[in-house]
Amino acid sequence: MKSCGLIINPIAGMGGSVGLKGTDGQQILKRAIEMGATPRSEERARCCLMVLSKIKDEIELVTPRGSMGEDLALECGFKPTVIGEIARGMTSAEDTIRTARLMKTSGVDIILFAGGDGTARDIYTAVGRSITVLGIPAGVKIQSAVFARNPVQAGEIAMLYLKGRITTHVEAEVMDLCEQDYRRGILNGELFGYLKIPHERNRLQRLKEGSSKEEIYEQEAIAHHVIEGMSDDIIYVIGPGSTTSMIQKKLNIDFSLIGVDIIGQRTLIERDVCEADLIKRIEGRSAKLIITPIGGQGFILGRGNQQISPYVVRKIGKENIIIISTIQKINRLHARPLLVDTGDSDLDEYLSGYYRIVTGYHREIIYRVAS
Amino acid sequence: MEIKRGSRLRNFHQAKWDEEIIFELSNEGERGILPPETDSDIVESVGGVSSLLPKNMIRQLPPNLPEVGQMRVLKHFLRLSQQNLGADLNIDIGQGTCTIKYNPKINEQIARSQKAAEIHPFQDEDSVQGALQIFHQMDLFFREISGMDRFTLQPSSGSHAIMVMASIVQKYHQVRNQEQRDEVITTIFSHPSDAAAVAVKGYKIITIYPDEDGFPAIEALKKAVSDRTAALFITNPEDIGIFNPRIDEFTRIVHDAGGLCCYDQANANGILGITRAKEAGFDMCFFNLHKTFGAPHGCGGPASGALGVVKQLEQFLPVPIVDYDGKKYFFRFDLPNTIGKVRSFWGVFPVILKSYAWIMSLGSEGLKEVAEIAVLNNNYLLKKITEIDGADSPFKGGKRRIEQVRYTWEKLYEETGVDTHDITCRMCDFGFHLWSSHHPFIVPQPFTIEPTESYSKAELDEYLDGLRHVVEEARKEPELVKSAPHKSVVHKIDESWFDDPEKWAVTWRAYLKKHRLKKKKSCEDK
Repeated sequence: MKSCGLIINPIAGMGGSVGLKGTDGQQILKRAIEMGATPRSEERARCCLMVLSKIKDEIELVTPRGSMGEDLALECGFKPTVIGEIARGMTSAEDTIRTARLMKTSGVDIILFAGGDGTARDIYTAVGRSITVLGIPAGVKIQSAVFARNPVQAGEIAMLYLKGRITTHVEAEVMDLCEQDYRRGILNGELFGYLKIPHERNRLQRLKEGSSKEEIYEQEAIAHHVIEGMSDDIIYVIGPGSTTSMIQKKLNIDFSLIGVDIIGQRTLIERDVCEADLIKRIEGRSAKLIITPIGGQGFILGRGNQQISPYVVRKIGKENIIIISTIQKINRLHARPLLVDTGDSDLDEYLSGYYRIVTGYHREIIYRVAS
Repeated sequence: MEIKRGSRLRNFHQAKWDEEIIFELSNEGERGILPPETDSDIVESVGGVSSLLPKNMIRQLPPNLPEVGQMRVLKHFLRLSQQNLGADLNIDIGQGTCTIKYNPKINEQIARSQKAAEIHPFQDEDSVQGALQIFHQMDLFFREISGMDRFTLQPSSGSHAIMVMASIVQKYHQVRNQEQRDEVITTIFSHPSDAAAVAVKGYKIITIYPDEDGFPAIEALKKAVSDRTAALFITNPEDIGIFNPRIDEFTRIVHDAGGLCCYDQANANGILGITRAKEAGFDMCFFNLHKTFGAPHGCGGPASGALGVVKQLEQFLPVPIVDYDGKKYFFRFDLPNTIGKVRSFWGVFPVILKSYAWIMSLGSEGLKEVAEIAVLNNNYLLKKITEIDGADSPFKGGKRRIEQVRYTWEKLYEETGVDTHDITCRMCDFGFHLWSSHHPFIVPQPFTIEPTESYSKAELDEYLDGLRHVVEEARKEPELVKSAPHKSVVHKIDESWFDDPEKWAVTWRAYLKKHRLKKKKSCEDK
């Protein structure tokens, strides 16, 4: 019998309705409750579980005690297997991490978690890419690409996965903004890593849009296109992401998936550099920047690649930015522009406009970048 | 869910024969027809049939064809014919972008008549003057319809015509020593073949996305053109039904950059007699006779693309072209920079003939009326469909559409979890065909409706009742819709096989190799 883990972060999303932009940390949570915030992640998880309850006799549902899953599971007609111990009162990030680890050891087939970016980070900390997970969107900040579009869809994907109808995976970004900055109006998204999620294509896309294998073929085609155009007297600054790292894979050189690397003459110059290193390396040289949209929102600068600072971007120059992306990623934007948010509004404005974006071997699109 | 009183919906049920694949019906030695044996005195004087064939042309093993008696073959195909929803059975407006319209049956009779069916492309041109006259007159008709100066009817399909246009573009730049021009610009809502068939010629493809209004952005085009630009390949109205009113600006920008402008008019159903390629500044265009011009489309019959060019590009056309000197129709091979032949013989004559008959029966006023009714029907449906709670059409902004609309079920999906594929499957249960649109998937949960001029208001209303009923079911009994079809030939199929090279099988031999033999082997292993 297949088994499915369910972890609800009962406090996720509470800050949103009262304008607190998140619930990371106990103090904010307390304030949210004082301001009249009500839990909504359970409601979101319920929508998901109602879908999954169609196969409730065919699967084992594994949950933590009480409000982190057990209560809702019982309410939806499951006979959940309860795992681990949760401290009484307020739940915390540690509860999520500990439970996810237990679920991994007990061998569940997939972990469903209801929460936001913070919860996704906790799951990432606990299990990394070792098992399949999927997010039920319930938080205030949803920058990560590990969530289904809505709770119903999360239930459907989980059901298809558990029935063996979805058998492939994609690695999706875990992003998080610094909440303190966010409250002050500064968006500082960091890329934390990748989680393994079922390759979701609704039944239509499964037929027409191609499989996850095809997305990898596309990444390879893009890498070949970029490599073909490389010149030996230019150094290339390669931003984070699985699409960009395919270039290094194809060149057989080491890379950092979530960091910035520098290559030249088709060999590695330096791996995982910080801003200062970057400035040193590009000073007085002609350089090109290769970047790809990070996360589900289409940011190419300012999320997950802050090492590429406004100074660096200015130094390299707008005309030397090479944007690469699979067409699936572009289509998931549903015609919204790509975004830059470098923290320097003059630069953002300067960077806005139409770009050629490499989408395959000898395939480019003209697409708009906005600030 | 019960069909509402007063609804036009039918209590339909598709035939379901559970019919075998024809190879499974095969019995060794069974025959449909036994041709008479050759008379012994003939064999004596000239030898048997196989002795007349060159040795290297006689195969060692007979082909592995199914061996089935005549009556069983008839039954087989009649059963299959009952298991589909063709254009002559259902209200076939759900296959948008494909222009499925009524194809008058009299035209099939004309194409099958002895006079047409029994002529041969090897005949001397003196003995096929009538056929050549039809080629020539079609050339003249299309000149009038498009404003171009000369047409060829050689291409065998729309995508083939696109590839021929790309060949002409390549030759044009070669002759002018501009071979560095290796990029072709298209738009994402142009037909996907405008990229695919051009890439076959080695071109790099630059694709323009729409702005918020749904129009391809002029600024994006300006970013795309350069001294590498070979041509623009574009559809207008695009596959979402929106006409780009700044199309002449597009062609001007590309011309200024030194490129040619090629117009994909495969589907010209909404603009016949209203706008022309010439006035929009194009150098070339083509029409699908099997779409706009009344010949059956796709698997309903063979195809034909009529490709026209402006005066200065005539020299590049594929040969031969059909010409007339006032007395006689003849083939011309003397084009100085011709790209050569693009198919065997001269063109798909039966399709050309059906289209000729269709155009002659309508005349120029009739052609214009086709476009007007197609647009009227489409905008009637646009209003009615967007009134359905759960359906919408993106890029609305108060715009009218031309001949088709790409809609979205996104709202319905968000509310019920029922997706566009579920709805297409449920529509089958009422005898309607609906499909979910082709690439690209920018519009979420898409469907595309193209009513053409063929359907009456009563039939459009019947189809609308179908959509409304299924949407209501999606809200009240979503499981019923998600598990559809229930009254069709098969239940919902697991399509993931279509994606998997290990599993897909497009021939019987591939099926045996990938599935039957494997199964056998795994049994042996045990």
